Amino acid sequence: MLRISALSTALLLALTGCSTIGGDDPEPTASDSGREVGGQVVLVTHDSFNLPKKLVRSFEQESGIDLVTRAAGDAGTLTAKLSLTKDDPTGDLAFGVDNTFASRPLDEGVFAAYAPTLPTGAEQYALDEGAGELTPIDVGNVCVNVDTTWFDDEGITPPQTLDDLADPTYRDLFVTPGASTSSPGMAFLLATIAEYGDEWPSYWQDLLANGTKVVDGWEDAYYGDFTQGGGKGTRPIVVSYDSSPAFTVKDGASSTAALLDTCFRQVEYAGVLSGAANPAGAEKVIDWLLSDEVQAALPTAMYVFPVSAAVEVPADWAEFAVQPTEPLSVSPADIAANREQWLSEWTDLVTR
Amino acid sequence: MRRWLTLALLAAGPVLVVGVFFVLPVSGMVSRGFFADGAFDPGGVLEVLTRPRVARVAWFTVWSAAVATAVAVVLGLPAAFVLHRLALPGRRIVRAALLVPFVLPTVVVGVAFRLLLGEGGPLGFLGLDGTPVAIVAGLVFFNVAVVVRAVGAAWESLDTRPAEAAAALGAAPAQVWWTVTLPALRPAIVGAASVVFLFCATAFGIVLTLGGVHYATIETEIYLLTTTLFDLQAAAALSVLQIVVVVVLLGLAARLRSTPDATAGRTTARPRRVRSGDLPAIAVTVLVLVAVAAPIATLVVGSFRADDAWSLANYRALTGVGSNQALLAPVTDALVTSLRTAVDATWMALLMGLSVAVLVTRRSQTRTERRARGLLDGFFMLPLGVSAVTLGFGFLITLDQPPVDLRSSPLLVPIAQALVALPLVVRTLVPVLAGVDDRQRQAAASLGASPFRAMLTVDLPAAWKPLLAASGFAFAASLGEFGATSFLARDEHPTVPVVIFRLIGHPGELNYGMALAASVVLATATAVVMLAVERLRVPSVGAF
Repeated sequence: MLRISALSTALLLALTGCSTIGGDDPEPTASDSGREVGGQVVLVTHDSFNLPKKLVRSFEQESGIDLVTRAAGDAGTLTAKLSLTKDDPTGDLAFGVDNTFASRPLDEGVFAAYAPTLPTGAEQYALDEGAGELTPIDVGNVCVNVDTTWFDDEGITPPQTLDDLADPTYRDLFVTPGASTSSPGMAFLLATIAEYGDEWPSYWQDLLANGTKVVDGWEDAYYGDFTQGGGKGTRPIVVSYDSSPAFTVKDGASSTAALLDTCFRQVEYAGVLSGAANPAGAEKVIDWLLSDEVQAALPTAMYVFPVSAAVEVPADWAEFAVQPTEPLSVSPADIAANREQWLSEWTDLVTR
Repeated sequence: MRRWLTLALLAAGPVLVVGVFFVLPVSGMVSRGFFADGAFDPGGVLEVLTRPRVARVAWFTVWSAAVATAVAVVLGLPAAFVLHRLALPGRRIVRAALLVPFVLPTVVVGVAFRLLLGEGGPLGFLGLDGTPVAIVAGLVFFNVAVVVRAVGAAWESLDTRPAEAAAALGAAPAQVWWTVTLPALRPAIVGAASVVFLFCATAFGIVLTLGGVHYATIETEIYLLTTTLFDLQAAAALSVLQIVVVVVLLGLAARLRSTPDATAGRTTARPRRVRSGDLPAIAVTVLVLVAVAAPIATLVVGSFRADDAWSLANYRALTGVGSNQALLAPVTDALVTSLRTAVDATWMALLMGLSVAVLVTRRSQTRTERRARGLLDGFFMLPLGVSAVTLGFGFLITLDQPPVDLRSSPLLVPIAQALVALPLVVRTLVPVLAGVDDRQRQAAASLGASPFRAMLTVDLPAAWKPLLAASGFAFAASLGEFGATSFLARDEHPTVPVVIFRLIGHPGELNYGMALAASVVLATATAVVMLAVERLRVPSVGAF
């Protein structure tokens, strides 16, 4: 009894001693922003943004900039947030708006003009409309992945194309996250729209008739249903990324592979916000995001490929994460114009 | 006049906080929808409500939440009795453990449920994956602790003498329960049920995960409309619909809750020995425990697996930044952030909750006064029933002007969490304070005690246990809060649920293992804090 009450007292003391308010972190406040020389730069981004601390610190030392990162929500949340606060932005630059969401904030004038010189290989990712405001930083492809071990064991040839997924050979083997609830799910829907045009609803009918399982998020599909997700999944075909095979490597071989004819490309952009308190600082940060150091860190820190061809990717990536040469694509303007229509048609198909 | 002044003074703090951090942001966001394209267009919003999909979504929300609430109450009552009134060994530990689901991140629980119910899981033969049954089971899993704790706390402070008197006069146990105990517990039960209903009706992740994409609730629909489609008009329409549903529900609950007589005793009833008649209740409790433990067990087992063998690798990885630098800071740092934030959220929620509880339970002299107190009571429940998405975006567009330029303040997270915890605190305290006979306070006053002194000697002894229960609750709610936190959290200092979400969102065995291990650490931390809170005693005030 004595032991427990001592424990509780110790806990209480520990807790009361370190509440946020009692904490000693010098929290920069909004009123600090906009100081001269370097000054503070606020980067607004989504939850997946992540860069090694060491990199950030050395950038801050060299440039004299105090980089504050405000991350919240997913890419959709970020885009909605930028549009809502366009008259009074919450920061100086934004990172993480991708090609499926780029059109709306560009139309609303969220971004100010800034177009730095791009590193080799990055020009191909620039937007057709909006290249003057949004700078490509990283690229990843959403591709159908297969569990090659499972197919070897069963003696079945793995599927290759989107058409194959509707083939009765692969009945009840495919799982995908929903387009209405997940960004890779949306990318997969866009891939089918790019492939089949106006005929996509009939392709989806075939998919569903062939036992395709639609779940909420990527993590449900991969960890809940996919046979290589570490759990008790039963389906060897899943919608994931081109880089995913690099994370299932064991004894020098990957147990999964991405189907390169099923990929939809997602490019993430950075841009200076119009009305930024420190536009000069924001431009410097974008230059830094394009630098070799940051570009080389992207695969391990954020699970995406660099846009720059000048840097090397990690060994596992070079060997197992193969990028498609000609991914499927739909223009940002088309996506913006039809997203609602497509999603409601898709929802009707899936929830029937 | 002085009564009204006291009332206003007590109400001022909480009303101001809820006004600035809830009413202002929500109305700001909703009005964006009403002013589509710069012109006031209420017709457009009303038109949204006539869409057949909206009716379907609203109906599913109401019935799934209602069923889940009913199941949680039916299972929670026997468990509250067994764990709070019977002298069973280890009941404190079980009570603390029951709060664990409350803090587990929905993403992780969702995956755990699907590993159980999915095609390859041990319960896969039931074919429940992706059905409404799975959704209801998930909602009950998260919320049964609310019933056990809130009703249990009231049950402990219940005066046992009326029940004993009834029994001595020859009433059968069922009769005593029906005529004496149940009416006395009714305010607590209705209060807990309304909180559970609001939690269920605004549940987000669990509905999506367990229902697949086949089922949408008002909450998931608002998220889709706001972030993916940016259809603010439709989102505003649904937010208004949500508020209307919540207000109707709160009105109903207030009617059902009205207290019959003073029933709270000054002392905590001693747990009594187990009799044979308690067996059914114990059986239900065991059932609840098994049902709650099963998904947690899959998590714990998973967290100790690495490379197809038993291992502590996932836990060791928590103190580093991960082999893939998936994290900016070790999970241990995030745990410190979580605990710090929870301390702040808890004291804020307790401070506000206590004033609100005192405010709404004081005897009213006129009908208007009673009505004013009733309205205030409902007002503070509102934050629980309104979309976190609407609130979160509302923060961004309304709190950007001095004097409340708080968009980037580190206090925003604990404040948001305190708003979520506030109704839990209020609903736990109100039934007990309302049960204190006002004549005791009058007696204290006539003997010369100041109002403060009277509160200390009359109210505090009765409210002490529930106050502890409420603080534990608030703490747990804050530790596990994800929706508002992920919206507001800043990258340099993420909380544990935010970190877990990031880990489980990436491929790789280690990431998955670390997410499970971090969930177990969060759950353990919660259980330890709960146990410590239950151990707290102030011996002098309890004894007369």
